[in-house]
Amino acid sequence: MIHVFWFLLFLAVISASMVVFSRNPIHSVLYLIITFFALSGHYLLLNAQFLAVVNIIVYAGAIMVLFLFVIMFLNLRRETEVQKPIAVKFAAVISGLILLAVLLGALVKADAQPGSEVNSQIGMVENLGKVLFSDFLLPFELASVLFLVAMVGAIMLGKRDPGEPTI
Amino acid sequence: MEVPDVIKTIPLNWYIYFSTLLFCIGVVGVLIRRNALIVLMCVELMLNAVNLLFTSFSAYRSDPQGQIFVFFIMVVAAAEVSVGLAIIVMLYRNLKSVDVGILNKLKW
Repeated sequence: MIHVFWFLLFLAVISASMVVFSRNPIHSVLYLIITFFALSGHYLLLNAQFLAVVNIIVYAGAIMVLFLFVIMFLNLRRETEVQKPIAVKFAAVISGLILLAVLLGALVKADAQPGSEVNSQIGMVENLGKVLFSDFLLPFELASVLFLVAMVGAIMLGKRDPGEPTI
Repeated sequence: MEVPDVIKTIPLNWYIYFSTLLFCIGVVGVLIRRNALIVLMCVELMLNAVNLLFTSFSAYRSDPQGQIFVFFIMVVAAAEVSVGLAIIVMLYRNLKSVDVGILNKLKW
């Protein structure tokens, strides 16, 4: 079990760094999909089956296909991205490491104990569905309105004015 | 009720450190890349780090509300990505570039 944990941890961290450092945007998308699969493995380890499946369907399925589609659509396969100056990159990495150090320093003393009684069934679909449709029914419905608004907004943004040349 | 093996063998702090590390990788990505699409992907990476933190706390404390929150974060992220990609496509149409260094129209 602990070997699976470490394997998934290193897979997620290495592929997340490859998202940041790979030059080709398509490679970034593919590495991000690997990261999502590793995180889904972690959700399975934590007995959150519902989230593991939703993570694969929504993130690795829908969102990454959207990214891949836009990259193909804009024809960004050429590695023509202008790089930031090396000093800026260096400063960015340093500030990221400082953020990491601050967060770890704040959390290393944290006494995060598991709860007194552990119920392994909370991540199952039926249990989460009961909570979602009783306590969180209003946010759930608002999420559907949010999707509708996002869809209309995306269509309005993407629509061309008459007479505007195509890409 | 059977306790999952992970909760018995792995301390909760490791998951906290792991999601902190993922979050910082996302922050570094937002800072060093100029491609707007990659910046959006690194934001997704940060959201996923927070999702993992919520899930691990929820599993260790046996509280389903954390996992409900992760579900809502995923929903909002999907809506955000659809609008964000539409904005990027529109910017590419006008500027012929997805370089965030050129997108200084909102400056001042």
